[in-house]
Amino acid sequence: MNGDAITILLWVALPYAAFATFVVGHVWRYRYDKFGWTTRSSQVYENRLLRWGSPMFHLGILFVIAGHFVGLIIPREWLYAIGISEEIYHIGATVLGMAAAVLTIAGLAILIYRRRTVGPVFLATTVMDKVMYVFLGATIAFGTAATVMYQVFGPGYEYRGTIGPWFRSLIGLQPQPELMVDAPLAFQLHVLTATLLFALWPFTRLVHVFSAPIGYLFRPYIVYRSRDDQRSNRKPRRGWEPITQPDPKKLTKL
Amino acid sequence: MKVMAQMSMVMNLDKCIGCHTCSVTCKQAWTNRSGVEYVWFNNVETRPGVGYPRGHEDQEKWGGGWVRTKGGRLKLRSGGRLKKLATIFSNPKLPSIHDYYEPWTYDYDMLLNAPAGEHTPVAKPKSLLTGEDMKISWSANWDDNLGGSRETMQDDPILKHMSEHVAAEFEDTFMFYLPRICEHCLNPSCVASCPSGAMYKRVEDGIVLVDQDACRGWRMCVSGCPYKKVYFNHKTGKAEKCTLCYPRLEVGLPTVCSETCVGRLRYLGLVLYDADRVAAAATIEDETKLLDAQRSVFLDPHDPAVVEAARDAGIAEDWIDAARRSPIWKLINDYKVALPLHPEYRTMPMVWYIPPLSPVVDVVADSGADGEDARTLFAAIDRLRIPMEYLAGLFTAGDVPAVAGSLRKLAAMRSHMRNINLGEEQDPSIAASVEMTGTEIEEMYRLLAIAKYEERYVIPTAHTEEARELEELACSLDYDGGPGMGGAGPFGSSSGQQVPVAVENFHALKNRQTADRPSTPGRVNLLNWDGNGSPDGLFPPKEDG
Repeated sequence: MNGDAITILLWVALPYAAFATFVVGHVWRYRYDKFGWTTRSSQVYENRLLRWGSPMFHLGILFVIAGHFVGLIIPREWLYAIGISEEIYHIGATVLGMAAAVLTIAGLAILIYRRRTVGPVFLATTVMDKVMYVFLGATIAFGTAATVMYQVFGPGYEYRGTIGPWFRSLIGLQPQPELMVDAPLAFQLHVLTATLLFALWPFTRLVHVFSAPIGYLFRPYIVYRSRDDQRSNRKPRRGWEPITQPDPKKLTKL
Repeated sequence: MKVMAQMSMVMNLDKCIGCHTCSVTCKQAWTNRSGVEYVWFNNVETRPGVGYPRGHEDQEKWGGGWVRTKGGRLKLRSGGRLKKLATIFSNPKLPSIHDYYEPWTYDYDMLLNAPAGEHTPVAKPKSLLTGEDMKISWSANWDDNLGGSRETMQDDPILKHMSEHVAAEFEDTFMFYLPRICEHCLNPSCVASCPSGAMYKRVEDGIVLVDQDACRGWRMCVSGCPYKKVYFNHKTGKAEKCTLCYPRLEVGLPTVCSETCVGRLRYLGLVLYDADRVAAAATIEDETKLLDAQRSVFLDPHDPAVVEAARDAGIAEDWIDAARRSPIWKLINDYKVALPLHPEYRTMPMVWYIPPLSPVVDVVADSGADGEDARTLFAAIDRLRIPMEYLAGLFTAGDVPAVAGSLRKLAAMRSHMRNINLGEEQDPSIAASVEMTGTEIEEMYRLLAIAKYEERYVIPTAHTEEARELEELACSLDYDGGPGMGGAGPFGSSSGQQVPVAVENFHALKNRQTADRPSTPGRVNLLNWDGNGSPDGLFPPKEDG
């Protein structure tokens, strides 16, 4: 019974709670802290290390995200149908995944080293940054460890038969926690730290991910705005509505 | 034709004494906060010199502004949209804080709390970035008055274009000050560089601003601006820049830098321009033609067709009138003495400069000749090749005759007015030699030398009646006990709770302070009554009347 409760807690309750925090947190942050919504770049302090570390980490993590999309969201049957067999997928995922992991970890290592050793950068680091680094680092470390232990040197673990369907079952609101029970510990830890990272996400600088300026590609170069725009679009706060005549229809209505 | 109004500034460099009052008052008003310690929205540079940040005019290095492609199109020098997104993780052209300077404070506490000892305690400089002791070796104005210039002057990007032997000679003969603020360009490359679309040009008055809620700290505006007048607040992670003191302009007050300028050398006013022609003008191939191209974009506010189009574009009548009285229009288009700063960046800057004649006069006077004689001055302007080339590098993309033309007008004015002041016979050939009339020269003299406050600053107020659902409109005047609630109250206007800062009550308060009438008709404030006579409203009206 206890095992069941923990299974449901870890693989159903926690992911949904994290997802709810993720969504509500972002909405809340966007509504009440737009001013704090920024990359908080430290490039003006130091550029020599950042010039290498930042693009390495960011490009690496983008590849990692793309890989996770293919591995978790897309059912393996679909890939079989277009001729990507289990073998091909395994080799591709392992090789590309390791390349992305090396890029990401090397970049992250440079960035963390920089953050600790460059005085102004370290002073500009908040407690939330440090907490975030722990969870981000742990997620990446467990994920890489799982890949190295099982996919590179081990027998190979077919997560597309367990973790993938489990993830999709959460999306489909028909959770199947039992799929996760027998997953190797490294994979389980990777999923758990990632889940916690998502819960933490809206309260960290990671929000800048959702500001990826895709719109820049499509807008005109010069932006014009009227002095009145900002204020007129905003509804006045409660209690500050401008004076208006009472609505006479209200007198006749019940 | 799409008529738009642009609030612009002209600075008369002839009158700048390099006192930095503008910089200091601006800093006190806008950037005396954590995160912008190193930021000067207004700074004054000694020229020749490297400026602030160091060598910011070297666009080969910083990649600011626009360039014209071979195909005749405008392109951001540091790359277009795809290039910007590709380099977003690490902006390759971003100046480091050390290109500005490392901000510092002093350990003042030591002066008070040092234990008694043999030596006088000193306040050591402490870095505001690391908190550690530091050796101050650079600042926003390190080469003030050419101090230390022998070591740094060769880094002046404009001098680099001129030959090496020039530099030393230059130092002995020619120095002037260049106050710089944001140019509020018609074709702003910072706005074009912003991936988030957080930077914008205000439709009403053309002021370029950063939306602090929309800025995501990608830093592309900092490198996109060729004047390096957008700054990165390293505490908030957002871009900040000169606002042209828009809260002051909206109520008809000049900017802080203008108001406090002891030399009274700044002019503020409107220019009407045709927004449809900006892009074409900025794309002209020959850089030296950019000055004329930009002048051709401006619209004559005295032309009835322009006025008609301005009305159609929704520009208010008092703004059109202000554009007619604008000192900027006169200096740029009537007298043609003002020149833009670095037109070759193709951003169509809107803070223009009257180049300095005084150094030329000094050279002439030092040589024993008459420094106020038109012919001598004209000859000196023609002969002082090196200073002219330098000024041309700043203001006309290297076109020496354009700078010389501006200086000749100033020289003619000097000479003409000397004749008047000494009661000597007028020499109409002086005015004619610069294609002006004596009357025009005297008018220009009035604007440049007498420089009355009302003529320097012609600032129409913002139209708040257009601001629908303006939040302050609902709460500024009619808050509890406010002037909208039936007068100033029994204890006068300065008692009671704080008045919210807003355009509307600014005018209400100003009216009350300056009007001859009682602030609230029909009532008398007994606390203000001096006891003499019987003011209106002290007694109820007599019935037999």
